[in-house]
Amino acid sequence: MLELKNITKRFDGRTIINNMNLTVPDGQILAIVGPSGAGKTTLLRCMSGLERIDSGEFRLDGQVFDPYENRDNDKVIGVVFQDFQLFPNLTVMENITLSPEMVLKQSKTEAEARAQELIDQLDLTGKETLHPFQLSGGQKQRVAIVRALAMNPKILCYDEPTSALDPDLRETVEKIILSLKASKMTQIVVTHDMSFAENIADQILRVEPIKPS
Amino acid sequence: MMLNYAGEILPSLMSGAWMTVQIFFWTLIISIPLGIIVSLGLRSRVAPIRWVLKFYVWLMRGTPLLLQLIFVFYGLPVVHIIFERYDAAIFAFILNYTAYFAEIFRGGFQAIPEGQYESAKVLRLTRWQTLRKIVIPQVVKIVVPSIGNETINLIKDSSLVYVIGLGDLLRAGNIAMSRDVTLLPLVMVGVIYLLMTAIATYLLRRIEQHYSTWR
Repeated sequence: MLELKNITKRFDGRTIINNMNLTVPDGQILAIVGPSGAGKTTLLRCMSGLERIDSGEFRLDGQVFDPYENRDNDKVIGVVFQDFQLFPNLTVMENITLSPEMVLKQSKTEAEARAQELIDQLDLTGKETLHPFQLSGGQKQRVAIVRALAMNPKILCYDEPTSALDPDLRETVEKIILSLKASKMTQIVVTHDMSFAENIADQILRVEPIKPS
Repeated sequence: MMLNYAGEILPSLMSGAWMTVQIFFWTLIISIPLGIIVSLGLRSRVAPIRWVLKFYVWLMRGTPLLLQLIFVFYGLPVVHIIFERYDAAIFAFILNYTAYFAEIFRGGFQAIPEGQYESAKVLRLTRWQTLRKIVIPQVVKIVVPSIGNETINLIKDSSLVYVIGLGDLLRAGNIAMSRDVTLLPLVMVGVIYLLMTAIATYLLRRIEQHYSTWR
């Protein structure tokens, strides 16, 4: 279970997130919706340790943790970026196994076996030796999901998972997210697409821009 | 007759060419890694490091290499820094080319989107792992064509060492020309330069091909 307690984030004196409290139970899907500029992505960046919060705390399974300093513990939050950010110089397989090998110190065989399972599961079989530029948008996104999953995250976050894809791929993303839910993955999805959010989420958090006071 | 003459002067041209190759080799081998380090320094968070390195790059790119050569060999002894001719040449070339390479690498590093670093961070890669496995390979691919240009320039620039009295290829040709009053040595010098740049061009193309498997 992930808990946010009184999270506040400011940029240059402007408050983006103000005293936010939130609980995401294990295995559930939280969708964060709202107009652009409302701080959805900022919230996700704080959770995943890309931005430092100004005050408040994160708790995972009751224990306080600081995602900004998450290097050495295993309370990991995985992220699937809006533009995927695959590493163009590495093959699909290398994209997935790089961190498990370098960070989790898995052997190459071990990392590749686990990666292959996930590759097969997300319908990427046969793409292992391709480079990202040879993949379609949907395939890139699935590689990004597999790459995040290979680090055994407790929670998987998505930033606008539908926005870089053709509209007809939306359903595929829904299916993937729901199938991961079936395997008990806790997921947080930032989106501006309300109907997409309603289709997948157990809990919807609506955020609005904070008016300067 | 002409062939005989060509055969006669070839050994001295070859020993001159060997000097050219040596200067080329050491400058390249040392300036490229130094250039990477300086380019990282140009992006440093510590402002004084940036200022010093910016000044250095400005100085090296803003003044002629010929002047720098003369300064190192004839100027520095005034303040009791004395180099052998050969060392002075290598030193000046490394100083000069490091600045150019640093600018090229700085551009390369700038071209890597912030998202690559962020995605490496959420995958918990260390800064060094990120550089080595993700950033540097992409930077190298970006800079290979520009480094190639500089490499070709370096072969030709190496002829400037004649000014401090080093016996390189051009000097060898010059000596034979004035002694024997014939243009043939200079034609041969030109052909040897062309051969050297052709080899460099070929090798560079191979390196570019090596990086063409991904985009």
